[in-house]
Amino acid sequence: MNPTRTPWWRNRRLLPWLVQAAVGLIVLVLVAFLLGNLVRNLANAGLLLTWSWLGNPSGFEISETVIPFDASMPYWRALMAGLMNTLRVVIFGLIGATLLGVVVGTASFSSNGLLRFLSRIYVELIRNIPLLLQLVFWYFVVFLSLPNGAAALQVPGVVLAKSGLYLSWFDSALQWQLPLLENGVWQAPLRISVEFAALLCGLVIYSGAFIAEVVRGGIASVPKGQWEAAISLGFSPLLTLRRIVLPQALRVIVPGLNSQYISLAKNSSLAVACGFTDLYSVSETTLNQTGRAIEVMLILLASYLVIDLVISALMNGLNGLVQLRER
Amino acid sequence: MATTAPLVVRASPLRRLQKELFGSRLDGLISIALLAALLAAGLGILRWALFQAQWTVISANSTLFAVGRYPVGQQWRLWLLTSLLALATGLSWGLLRAFPGSGSIRALWPRNDRWAAAILAALALWRPMAFQLTLAIQVRWWAIAALLLLARWAAGRYGPAIPQACRRLIPLLWPLLYLVGMVLISGGLGLVQVPPSEWGGLLLTVLMATFAILLCFPLGVLLALGRRSELPLLRWGSVIYIEFIRGAPLITLLFLGQNILGFLLPGGLAPDRVWRAAWVLTFFAAAYVAEAVRSGLVAVPAGQMEAARSLGLPVPLALVHVVLPQALRVALPATVGQFISLLQDTTLLSLIGLLDLLGTARTVMANPMFLGRNAEVYLVLAILFWGCCAALGLGSRALETRLNPHSPSAPQA
Repeated sequence: MNPTRTPWWRNRRLLPWLVQAAVGLIVLVLVAFLLGNLVRNLANAGLLLTWSWLGNPSGFEISETVIPFDASMPYWRALMAGLMNTLRVVIFGLIGATLLGVVVGTASFSSNGLLRFLSRIYVELIRNIPLLLQLVFWYFVVFLSLPNGAAALQVPGVVLAKSGLYLSWFDSALQWQLPLLENGVWQAPLRISVEFAALLCGLVIYSGAFIAEVVRGGIASVPKGQWEAAISLGFSPLLTLRRIVLPQALRVIVPGLNSQYISLAKNSSLAVACGFTDLYSVSETTLNQTGRAIEVMLILLASYLVIDLVISALMNGLNGLVQLRER
Repeated sequence: MATTAPLVVRASPLRRLQKELFGSRLDGLISIALLAALLAAGLGILRWALFQAQWTVISANSTLFAVGRYPVGQQWRLWLLTSLLALATGLSWGLLRAFPGSGSIRALWPRNDRWAAAILAALALWRPMAFQLTLAIQVRWWAIAALLLLARWAAGRYGPAIPQACRRLIPLLWPLLYLVGMVLISGGLGLVQVPPSEWGGLLLTVLMATFAILLCFPLGVLLALGRRSELPLLRWGSVIYIEFIRGAPLITLLFLGQNILGFLLPGGLAPDRVWRAAWVLTFFAAAYVAEAVRSGLVAVPAGQMEAARSLGLPVPLALVHVVLPQALRVALPATVGQFISLLQDTTLLSLIGLLDLLGTARTVMANPMFLGRNAEVYLVLAILFWGCCAALGLGSRALETRLNPHSPSAPQA
């Protein structure tokens, strides 16, 4: 036996390639097996990949849409309307959750002990209860038990009833129009459905708790000396927060916000639990009607992937703005 | 130069409270407004809970919430399993206390344990009565709680007498119990089969969560190692998998599992709907656990691997004995965080028509007898989930201090 020759299974150059080849082979065989089954089963069911069904009339209604839609319009239009509804929830949700998160996150540094305690309680309470449970709570327990008609909750300019949230806005003649009660039914230039309101409420309060933690971590990462230096220069606490602490904290906050925003966009797919018709809900109906499982899943996954990528790209741009530039 | 401790004036609690709440005029106003709002909300909730809420919806459906439509004749198996779990918990608890790290208190019942035992006893006494369960079921719960405390006492008292060799086998009790539990729940080995479609409620939720947690962890570690690997095929494979899963909402993946898995496997091989959902949950959570573990791997200096390799350890052994123990300790909080969200994510099973806790709640509320009793049911579910998740979080923090080599309570090697 020649002692200088290494056996092939200990060859440092060969081994990595052998491992990769083995893994590659296993994955290849698995994928081929699954795809083969897929094609065979789809062919048997007469469901081979085609997109022509997107042009067929959908035959279902969507209760509220941003773009005009009715049952005679094709499936692609229905999916588009669902996507628009998802985007509407995501955009308003992002704004609301950010505002709430920043307020609660900074409140945990308040000089008021009760405020600090309450912000802690809010975060611990919300983060440990499933979002879906919170959504059905807001929809079924809070919003669907609201009174209707004259008994509705009223603040000047805003009416909250079981039939929706009515807001003042300019009417067609550019006149400022307040919500009015006509024959027991509220009328207003702007009406937000309770489904949308419940979904938005649930998402904002849930994501707000996570964003508050991100903001708290960011502010905590700024050295205490920065606070003390600013105060000793005569800055007020609020000014210190705005001018000194937040700009430095943002460097830590923005990357954390990125993942929270993506979570919010993905969580918006739970809209179906409070009766709001979003992209997922339209896709489910479409799949049940047409049986086109593969095509619908591809559209659904691709849409959420694009939304995630757009949020990521925007947040990376923002991140580039807030990071320290060193020459 | 002699150093003196800084002078600390300890104010009285009342004085401190005054400073916290009424430090300035603005603080005072905020405090008063908050206190008033809290008082109003608290009174409102109390009035609702005592006078308006009808808790019969919980007590009348307690079996449904606990085990779903599990056949009544076979429910003794679940009681047996619960007793076994209580026994194992008591034993582990007592043994952990009997062999603490050096420097810990060696009392049979340290103060924290007395508190835990008291809370447990109080819960066991009060909860069955609060749900107005029948006397037979109340007595069973009392017996199970007593069994747990008895096992805790016996293990604490006689544990040190167990020889070293047997002591090492005790942690194996848990995986064994899991297998026994699966047999008891699903049947086989002479027991009547109970198909997964008849599992429900808390049973289904706990089963799905534990199954996914146990399996997603090793998968996640492998994926994290793959993502950090120098072999391009492994690295890119892991990256594509992790990013694909993380880019999609869980509900779409569950939907995919229900609708497409049947097409991907030859006819008849596809698992039933419950197990499909369990596998989707597992593969979903694995991607997130992988990212948590990766953050731990990044924290281990490259020199650790190099040192292990130069001592002659092959890569797999160096990973298992040197790198992973350090990485997993760093990744522990993030990993448990993922487990907590996994437990919460099991509620999504109700959206694909499975009868987990939330799904059961929906069927109960569809019953005309309990129409409009949403608030009571959701409140109980929220308390249950909150308790479990908060307990997991607390456990993670306790484990973190115990595993931290610099903390005083860490066991000495």
